[in-house]
Parts: sequence; structure tokens; C-alpha cells
Amino acid sequence: MKAGDLGELALRNLREAVLRNSLTTLGVAVGVASLVAMVSLGVGLQELATKRLSNSGLFDTVLVTARRNVPGMRRPAANSSPPKAERALDDGARKELEHLPNVVEVYPQIRFPTEVRYNGSPYSTIVAGVPDSARGNGSYDGLQGSFFSGPKADEAILQIEFAKDLSEQTATLIGKDLVVRYAERQALAPQTGTGGTNGGANDGADGGFSIVPREKKLRIVGIVETEPAAGFGGFGSGRLLIPLEVASALRAAQVNDLRDAVRAPTGKPAYASLTVRAKSPSQIETIENAIKTMGFGTFSLLDASRSLRLFFTIFDALLFIFGSLALAVATLGIINTLVMAILERRREIGILKALGAADRDVKQLFFVEAGVMGLFGGILGVGFGWFIGRALTWGTNIYLHRQNLPSAHVFSVPWWLVLLSILFSVGVSLAAGLYPATRAARLNPVEALRYE
Amino acid sequence: MTTGDGVAVRAQQVSRHYEMGTAVIRAVDDVTLQIRAGEFVALLGSSGSGKSTLLNLMAGLDRPTGGAIFANGRNLSELNSLELARYRSRTVGMVFQSFNLLPRMTLEENVELPLRLAEVDRAERGGRVQEALERVRLEKRLTHRPSELSGGEQQRAALARALVNRPTLLFADEPTGNLDSATGESIMLLLKEIQQKLGMTIVMVTHERPLAERFADRIAALADGKLLTDGMKS
Repeated sequence: MKAGDLGELALRNLREAVLRNSLTTLGVAVGVASLVAMVSLGVGLQELATKRLSNSGLFDTVLVTARRNVPGMRRPAANSSPPKAERALDDGARKELEHLPNVVEVYPQIRFPTEVRYNGSPYSTIVAGVPDSARGNGSYDGLQGSFFSGPKADEAILQIEFAKDLSEQTATLIGKDLVVRYAERQALAPQTGTGGTNGGANDGADGGFSIVPREKKLRIVGIVETEPAAGFGGFGSGRLLIPLEVASALRAAQVNDLRDAVRAPTGKPAYASLTVRAKSPSQIETIENAIKTMGFGTFSLLDASRSLRLFFTIFDALLFIFGSLALAVATLGIINTLVMAILERRREIGILKALGAADRDVKQLFFVEAGVMGLFGGILGVGFGWFIGRALTWGTNIYLHRQNLPSAHVFSVPWWLVLLSILFSVGVSLAAGLYPATRAARLNPVEALRYE
Repeated sequence: MTTGDGVAVRAQQVSRHYEMGTAVIRAVDDVTLQIRAGEFVALLGSSGSGKSTLLNLMAGLDRPTGGAIFANGRNLSELNSLELARYRSRTVGMVFQSFNLLPRMTLEENVELPLRLAEVDRAERGGRVQEALERVRLEKRLTHRPSELSGGEQQRAALARALVNRPTLLFADEPTGNLDSATGESIMLLLKEIQQKLGMTIVMVTHERPLAERFADRIAALADGKLLTDGMKS
């Protein structure tokens, strides 16, 4: 029988027992809804967790240090190669890092202690340089006010707790000016070579440096809950954030400067550390290995990222299994409905066979009926599941608001889940239809025609 | 289509035995029968004589446990399930005592059903259905459901359904069994007309000797699964 005729006959048969078939389809829909709701919850929570973490820039960045700098932070690798000769983290190395595949940008970590003067009062805090790329990566989505107007703007974003130190009415701070007092590093000997003007490399590496107090006036443009990349470099979180280029131009003395000053000079200016940002967290491992091969120390949250992915994979699988239980029960409904249909339509099957229907035609007819119930059940179930998810999100957000917490999307129905759920529903329904369809196809036409 | 010797169906030492526990029911037992193309043969016998079983075997609805049935020169026993279904679809038309129309379908849809099963093009179907219904004079009842038709009309509709695929063999199992004598006679006249106009081979099962003698070219009488007589009507 042609597909069109098969479909028409199947739909006609389904319409004949519309109540029973609708209830069976509803059973499938409830099963799929349970599956969609469960998996969507898992996906939503995973997205919530990974979005917050990836927005922080922790999972797509590698902190690069000269091997001597942060031995305690390096992860022991089972297959690590023997220690290589110490290599300076200078401008040459930075350029090499920038040319590694899948590297988006390389920038120095600039954090330094400072004294902020606002309304005549002094406040001690840490300044951190923020790369301009942070503007579009979602890190500052919850920002009150706005991001820096440009990479060289004399503007500042305050961390909320620091903002509260300055004023109880934090919103009124936006648009106000403050003064940053910092220690500028000045080389004692004339500079040669590269890195002398970028502010990130240690000026005076060959001849030492002096410290000169300086002031810089900045306009407050925004207030953020936390610094997204807080503490990644191990130097404490910045409470006053300024554009990286501005921070670099200040040539402020950093925490590690004193340590480097007493080390044997290498003759070349070098960075304390560089941050290498990858296109995506999945490329971190390759990039990290390449950097290690170059002779530098690296630190990333790759292992934490892996653990997180593993956790959510297991979590999603468990949710999928629990969600599938309802669908498994629904398949019994399909089997029951189709077996009942065989009993009721026994004579009809006999007539069809007498008129020339092959076993295959009868089998396909029941298969299509099962598949149609699965398809409609799947589509309906995805809708129900989505509705359940919305209700869950709504309820969760009411609770979060009562706890004075920001709202969150704990539920996500990606397109692949919609597609997979419907396909799964149809697949399961076809599997459920296998036994009844085979049974119907095997009916002896003579016996079926005798059936009253 | 026939073989060179003009035989449409040949049953050769055909048996159909059923096992019921330890007992063996010999529904058809060693029957040899030859039906020529264009012939109207009546299988006559009382209830349980094996006439319907023999008809089912010749129509490809059942398989013999012994012997062979040749239709259009092909041994039906050697056909697989799909080939047998094709034989039923393209070579055979069947009419039953209880009409066996699908109650939820209209007359038009019932008659169209064999065309769907034979995968006839949709564009061709309307004309074929119309032609079959005109032949049984039911062309004005296209949209009626079987429950809206009289017994005679239902049997005529079943006849139209049997003819729509233009088969060469028409098997009728007690076609007048559920009808009053006048309606039954009109159906028999229709069958005779079809045989004469289309040159169709008709095998009819009946237990009514007068009907068989009046309309059939030949009567094969069965009793207890065995062929008693096979010859021209008296």
C-alpha cells in the first residue's frame, strides 16, 4: 500500500476510537512532558551554572606564568614532560601566545593596591584592569550603569561592596568622580628593548625601579555585584575596575614587583603573568598543552570544568531515566490500545487480507497508528513539558525573590531536546506497536473473517 | 489469463486437514477439480461439506495441507505470503455471504479499498469505482454507508468491490445466503450478467440446488470434504 493511503487509513482508524486513542495519546504526552520537564530542568541548571562560570571568564582562559612564578598553583600532570629551561614571559612570548590556534586574545593581569579618595575620605582597595573584550561576553550583563565607554576611557566600575563603603545610596555614585592614588613604578636605568611602554612588563628589570606616588581621576560609570574573574590570578579580587589599557598606562607597581626586584635580573623586561583567552572552553586543553611545550607554567580550571560537565552529564542521564519511566508506562497504554484494536478489528483485518492486503500492509497500518499516537503525544508532551518548566521557573523565582535573590532561568528547552523528545516518543511508540502489529499481520484471514 | 488448455483454476488432489487435539478434521479431502476460463461453477453441498474451505483454498486465503492448486498456471502453494496477497488483489474478486463491507466507510470508499491495496494511481481510481458501481447499478449511492443500504444493495456493493480491480476469477461464498429469494435472484442475475459480459470465471458456493441448477454452467457437489459429483447440471 502507498504511504499516503496507509496514512489515510491509519488516521481514519484512529478517529474511529477517538476517545480511547486520545487518552492513549494523552498518556504518551504526559510521559514525554515528564521527560522534557526533567531533562529541561537539568539542561537549565547546567546552563545556569556554566553561564555564570563561563561569564566569569574562568573556563575559557589560561593563566600563563614563567615556570618559576607560581609553582604551588601548577596542576601536577601525569604525563608531564621533564622540566624545561626557564623562559621569560616577555613581549616575544606574548606574541607567540597570540599566534597559537584558537587564541582570541592575550593580556596581562594588572592588579595593584591603591587608595581611593572620594568626598575627601580615603579608602584602601585593589584596582583590576578589565580587557575591553569583557564588554560583549556577558560577564557584565547584570551591571548597574554601563560598561566603559572605550578602552582608554578614564572610567571606573565599582564592586558593590566597595560602592557601599563609598555611599549607602550606591546608585547615586554613577556619574561621580573619584581619585585613585597609586604607586607608579619608574625605571632607574634607561630602558631598551620591547615592553617598556606597555606598563605590564616589569620596567627596570635590569636596573631596578623607584616608586613614585601618583593620582588619577576616574568617573564612576557602573556598579557590579562581583568582579567576574575575581581571584583567578591569585591576587585577590578587584573592587575597583578600570579599562586594562588605562591600568597598563598607569605603570602602577604590582604585588610581585618587589619579589622580582630581588631576583637575579635576566636582562629583559617580563610580565608577571599573562591571561590567554580561548575561543571556547573545549579548546583550553590543547592551548594549555601548547603553552607548556613553550616552556611556561599554566593554570586553568579545566579539571573543574571537566568535573562540572561530568556531573551534569550524569545528572541529565538520571533525569532522563526518571523522566522516561512515565513514557515507559505510556507505551504499555499504546500496546493495550492496539491489542484491543486487533480484537475489535479482527474481521476487518480478514476483509483487508481477502481484498489483497499483504501481511506487510497490515503490519504497517498498525505501525503507522502507533507512530501517529507517538507523534501527537510527543508534540503535545513537549508543549506540556515546556508549560511545566515555565511554571517551575515562575515558582522558583517567586521563592528567590522572597529570599532577596535575583531571578534565574532554571529551565531550558533547547531545540535538540524538542526534536529528540518527539523522535524518542515516535520511536518508543513504534517499538510499542511492534508486538500488536506483528500479531495483526499474522492473523489467518479465514479465521479472521469468521470472527463475529 | 488462463493456461494454454483454457483452465482457469485446477485443484489437484487437494486436502485441507485440521488437527483438533488428537482428532484430524478432513475439511477437504483429496479433491481434484478443474474450472475452465469463463465458466460459472457452483460448489454445492450441505453445511460442513468443505465447499467454503475449497473456495478459500482456490481464492488464496488458505493453503492446502496436501495436493496443489493451480491458478492461471501457477501453483498457489509455492507462492510466498506477498505473492499470494498479490494474487488475491489482482486476479481474484471475492463476495461473501455477510457482505463484509467496512461499516465506517462510504460505498465509494469501500469499493476503492482494493484499488488502494493494489496501489492503483489515485487519478485512475475515481473512474474505476464509478465503472464498478455502474455495473451493479449503485452509482447514485456513492456517499452512503453500508448501514444505509438494503441487504441486496450491500451485496451489490460487495460485488462492485470484487470487480473494481478487474479480476479474472470471482469467488462467491453463499452470496444469496443473507438475502430474501427475490433479492437473491437479482444478485444471481447480476452474477450471470457479469460472467456473460466480462467473460469472467465464477466459482460460487451454495447449498441451494435450484439456484445452482438455474444459474451455474456446472455443479460440483461435495460431502464430508470429498467431491461427490462434478458435471454439467441436470
